[in-house]
Amino acid sequence: MLNFWNSSVGKKVVMGLTGLVLVGFVLGHMAGNLQIFMGPERYNAYARLLQHDIIEVTWAVRVALFVSVVLHALSAWQLTQRNWAARPVEYAVRESQVSTYASRTMRWGGVYLFVFLLLHLGQFTLGWKWLLPEYMPEGAYGNVVLAFGRPLWVVVYLVAMFFLLLHLFHGTWAVLRTLGVAEAKAEPLQRRLPLIIALVVTVGFSLVPLGVALGIVR
Amino acid sequence: MSGTMTIKLRVWRQSGPKAPGAFAEYTARDVSPESSFLEMLDVVNDALALEGKDPIAFDHDCREGICGMCGMMINGVAHGPSRLTTTCQLHMRSFKDGDSITLEPWRANAFPVIRDLVVDRSALDRIIQAGGFISVATGSPQDANALPIGKADADESMDAAACIGCGACVAACPNASVSLFTAAKIGHLGLLPQGQPERYRRALGMVAQMDLEGFGGCTLFGECMAACPKGISIDFIKRMNGDYIVGTVTRRPEKVTLGSG
Repeated sequence: MLNFWNSSVGKKVVMGLTGLVLVGFVLGHMAGNLQIFMGPERYNAYARLLQHDIIEVTWAVRVALFVSVVLHALSAWQLTQRNWAARPVEYAVRESQVSTYASRTMRWGGVYLFVFLLLHLGQFTLGWKWLLPEYMPEGAYGNVVLAFGRPLWVVVYLVAMFFLLLHLFHGTWAVLRTLGVAEAKAEPLQRRLPLIIALVVTVGFSLVPLGVALGIVR
Repeated sequence: MSGTMTIKLRVWRQSGPKAPGAFAEYTARDVSPESSFLEMLDVVNDALALEGKDPIAFDHDCREGICGMCGMMINGVAHGPSRLTTTCQLHMRSFKDGDSITLEPWRANAFPVIRDLVVDRSALDRIIQAGGFISVATGSPQDANALPIGKADADESMDAAACIGCGACVAACPNASVSLFTAAKIGHLGLLPQGQPERYRRALGMVAQMDLEGFGGCTLFGECMAACPKGISIDFIKRMNGDYIVGTVTRRPEKVTLGSG
């Protein structure tokens, strides 16, 4: 097992499996968030359900997500260090041929998403006052409306969704290849389902800050 | 024959593995568009020799695109601008009169520069030694039809076996990963019945060796596939990963047998 974790393929498999857990989470989280368009009662009831009624389930999910994020980021960090060390002298000229913008922004986009995740948790789950001075523990709907009343946070969230779009576009395609289960194709670089997943998740998430910014949610 | 061309060259010159390198500029005059890229360099080298200067060192052997010996970074692209082409099979008609061309060796920690554009690719040999073979009793060849192999498997195995070990996949990969080479060898043997007994041990051994050599890991940029003169698909990397996972799960400790001679 230690051999597996130490190998480049093993770490990539860990990154892929934890990534799948996180893809499942963002799909569910996005769907849940959209209830904000059904009014404050519905949305606050949903928040109460997660924070009180099924809190044991919520904690189990939180632990799984915490472990997944840590392993995902750790394997990415360690593999990146190795990959950078594998070419100590850079080319004076190198032209990318087929690699996507998404694949080339996985690392820094991932770093942004990680920082965003901390801010997001601080803002809506942990209630850090410097992020959201008016934070109310029982007022999920109001917290969202107040946070996205500030253009800065709308921009921070939309940029995060841009990187999440790229991250999912490359990640959901690459993971099946990392796990050795993708279908063989004449054009393996072409992908349709990953684009659909990435768009559904990021557009769904973006509707919330946009809805507040445009005055649809108030 | 159309007119000749003048080409400006910017070439990485390095006198030895430890020596510091730098770019030097040359002008190749009267270059025939029909000449191969290496023939163009031969002419430049002849002129350098006449001036009493060191010729540009580069690797080459068959000059037919099948041996895997040649290879260099040409304007930032492994083996140059033609797809499915080795450097020796690239022709000057792919360039225009007055073009400026930058030449660099394959850059990877595991491919130390020996001189100028020549790198040491023996790391690839050590990856093969770590499992890229089958263990069989040799003797008189058996009947060709004694071991039936489905056409799809035979074709796919042959696609992987087309790898000539030139190292362009490493050179083109932003991570300097050797995954496509290793995966091609694992796929070519693993698709055939003769390769089955050692299939998973092979994947474990060869992956461990490529890590040990200091190559990077695969992040599926896809650059290797575009650079490969034999068009080997990244689907083989998927297959290697699958074999590695199965190998990890099914691995059994080696038994020490007493009295086995």
